[in-house]
Amino acid sequence: MSPLLFMAQRLTAFVLALAVSAHLATILYAVRGGLSAGEILARTHGNVAFMLFYGVFVVAVAIHAPIGLRSIIREWTPWRGRTLDLALVLFSLFLLALGFRAVYAVYA
Amino acid sequence: MRASHTQRGFIAAMLHRLSGIALAIFLPLHFLALATALNGANALDAFLELTRQPLVKFAEWGIVVALAVHMTLGLRVLAIEFFDFHEKTLAALSVCVAAVFAVGFVFILNAG
Repeated sequence: MSPLLFMAQRLTAFVLALAVSAHLATILYAVRGGLSAGEILARTHGNVAFMLFYGVFVVAVAIHAPIGLRSIIREWTPWRGRTLDLALVLFSLFLLALGFRAVYAVYA
Repeated sequence: MRASHTQRGFIAAMLHRLSGIALAIFLPLHFLALATALNGANALDAFLELTRQPLVKFAEWGIVVALAVHMTLGLRVLAIEFFDFHEKTLAALSVCVAAVFAVGFVFILNAG
């Protein structure tokens, strides 16, 4: 793994360790008093701080997951080179797009 | 069995990878599910109703455990690489923390 990918993987791991912990706290808050969609959305809509937090979460995941998958695929299969890197860049963009859409749906 | 398979940390590394693959598959589905809120609370409610089915509950539990395992084993890697922790201590610690997180996550899921 290149030094840049290695550092990106580790840096996002630190971010995700914090983000997952905060995510748990958010789930606790969201389900308090019942898990109906109306109640959840009433608490989340318009919350800019949470929208930014989950935006960072999505970016960290979109960097972290493809780099991890790249290592696994390179080690367990013969697939490598530019086509693999391109596929993982596309997967990263896919996660970014779906992730931002979800954040928008819940917090905007 | 290859020599590397008997090395300390192999099972931890394998679990870390398998849980990571599971999360990579789950994440897009999770994002798609949350985005149903774009169609209003009723659409999200219809999805939440689906999550009350036993099979979905079981899959949910599996992904929660995968998240707990992946996060804990990731912290193990960071501790070994950046803080010079000893492998043996960490193996025990990883199992304990993973168990705590798994139980905690499942509890949270059932809180609703």
